[in-house]
Amino acid sequence: MSAGGNRMTPNPEQQVDIYRRMVRIERNDDAIRQTIKRGRLQMPYYSARGQEVIPSAISAQLNPDDTICTIYRGIHDMVAKDMPLRPLWAEIAGRVDGTCKGKGGPMHLTHPESGVMVTTGIVGSSMPIANGLGWAMKLDGSKRVSIAYFGDGASNIGAFHEALNLASLWKLPVIFVCQNNRFAEHTRYENGTSVDQISKRAAGYGMPGYTVDGNDPSEMYAHAYEAIERARSGEGPTLLECMTFRFLGHVFGDDDKYMTKEEKAEAMEKDPLPAFRARLIADGHATEEQLAEIEKKITDEVADARDWALEREFPSTDELKRDVFEAEIA
Amino acid sequence: MTATTKMNGIAAFNKALHIAMEKDPKVLVLGEDVADREGGGVVGFTKGLSTTFGDDRVKSTPIAEQSIIGAAIGAAIGGYKPVAEIMLMNFTTVAMDMIHNHAAKLRFMSGGQTSVPMVITTLTGAGAQTAGQHADHLEAWFAHAAGIKVVAPATPADYIGLTLSAIDDPDPVMIVMSMMTLFGPMEVPDDQGPIPLGKANVLAEGSDVTIIAYSSTVLTAFQAMPKLAEAGISAELIDLRTVSPWDRETVLESVRKTGRAVIIHEAVKEHGVGAEIAAVINEELFGELKAPVRRLGAPSCPVPFAKVLETAFLVSVDELVETVTATVK
Ligand SMILES: Cc1ncc(C[n+]2csc(CCOP(=O)(O)OP(=O)(O)O)c2C)c(N)n1
Repeated sequence: MSAGGNRMTPNPEQQVDIYRRMVRIERNDDAIRQTIKRGRLQMPYYSARGQEVIPSAISAQLNPDDTICTIYRGIHDMVAKDMPLRPLWAEIAGRVDGTCKGKGGPMHLTHPESGVMVTTGIVGSSMPIANGLGWAMKLDGSKRVSIAYFGDGASNIGAFHEALNLASLWKLPVIFVCQNNRFAEHTRYENGTSVDQISKRAAGYGMPGYTVDGNDPSEMYAHAYEAIERARSGEGPTLLECMTFRFLGHVFGDDDKYMTKEEKAEAMEKDPLPAFRARLIADGHATEEQLAEIEKKITDEVADARDWALEREFPSTDELKRDVFEAEIA
Repeated sequence: MTATTKMNGIAAFNKALHIAMEKDPKVLVLGEDVADREGGGVVGFTKGLSTTFGDDRVKSTPIAEQSIIGAAIGAAIGGYKPVAEIMLMNFTTVAMDMIHNHAAKLRFMSGGQTSVPMVITTLTGAGAQTAGQHADHLEAWFAHAAGIKVVAPATPADYIGLTLSAIDDPDPVMIVMSMMTLFGPMEVPDDQGPIPLGKANVLAEGSDVTIIAYSSTVLTAFQAMPKLAEAGISAELIDLRTVSPWDRETVLESVRKTGRAVIIHEAVKEHGVGAEIAAVINEELFGELKAPVRRLGAPSCPVPFAKVLETAFLVSVDELVETVTATVK
């Protein structure tokens, strides 16, 4: 299915904004990997390199108080949602100045000011909770939206099915965003999923479902626009299956033998970043100099965040007793 | 003297929900069949609530336990105070990820930025021949998980008091409701207010031995008390009320006085809540004990169906009397 009616296309300014978010994700991802490689950061890292367009095209249309619930492979979703990089880096480095005082780490970042409400390491769990946030928004009488990000593998977990059913039944302002990178850990899509398109599952729950080219900013923007409008106007949830490819292994250090050389090379060839950059210039939406300036600023921002974070203190062991409950435990 | 009204645990819990929803518009109720259109719950826990407070605040859900707890967690993070009913305690297993990995941990993992002020209510207990999958007491599972409180009321008055506190609590609380505690009517003060979580109730004072019970076994212990008195044993009876965090102070103070302790719960004895309490008593009062601390609980088998087996599965009044007597001897 593709979105009908008048397709909303991002204006030039919005396109540049999407590009800015994509670069921020890519530079940040690159810096994290480099820092791990140099032994200055110890963490499990699930790179989303190659998946930049999806959260960027969505976040360009969200407000800070619209929320996201995301997963271990979700740092790109947070960066796209304008999470400040200094506390992000401090958290992944386990420092006390991190968003979560170093107690959540890279798989459990939370930052309500940016709308990042839950990051989960349990496959499929972002969806039922995103429903609850959507329910609260509806009860508030607000027009906010709740986004649930997850992978293609997660659509085979019971929680996905329960969550889609409930969201549809209660007409919740939730957008289920499946980032279909074609692998669940080492399992190829077709070996774990019974339908050729996850979007088809939406029909079983009475909601619209679309398979979108998740590497095409305009198409991603148009579908997200429609889903967000639908949610804000009280018409209920939408399932977006966004086709993409992760360029790196499941987790940093994984040798990705389960991907064929050809498919990987083909995906790299279609790297959404340089392609979009060239298009922006060709369409006259930005000049080489403008984009170079954006990129330079982001490179500096990332370097600053990294250097700042690595200088921060580690949390004191008293923190073990704090935040278990509101009142400190004995 | 305050006026009282006779009611059972179901009516008491229902009254608590009415009070809480009236007082705070952020209190919500969700679960299978909870709205009046669906009869206000299978045993009538939530009768009248949707009629009084509207279908937006009292929502019947599909049979989808992960989705129920997930929606409650999200609503709690989003500023509400949901009370989520999991019809029977065995069905919490279906939602274990949401309860253990999310509800109980989000405050800690977020460094205190978010909190999950929700209540999970769930019914259980052997005695009605529901057998293997409808009667387990799993409170030790949740007591073992950091970040969630576990409450187990025994009397109608406690159903009101503990439920009011659970709803007001800034963290997730599970209320375990045993079948045996729900149907017997008792006098309840009309102005019954909140009862603090984590505080035990000394139901009878005594000098020879401390009996520590909660939930259905408080009723077992009640029945044992006259028999013990007859045998010349002065037993102190403590209703724990909250299983986690449990009231160490009250328990230790009592055992320091009596020098003896018997812990009784309906759940399987092995690795149960009683083991924790016994261990702490031993650690704290080793030199002051006059007898080994004893525990009573179910054998390590699933809850059986045949009445004769089900009866044998549960700790009987006589078994409690025998154990207490042997401890005092
Ligand atoms: C419930 C659960 N089962 C298994 C795992 C281990 N695991 C981590 S990521 C992953 C693959 C998930 O794939 P997908 O949903 O497609 O997301 P992607 O990593 O591709 O973004 C698995 C099996 C887990 N974290 N949670």
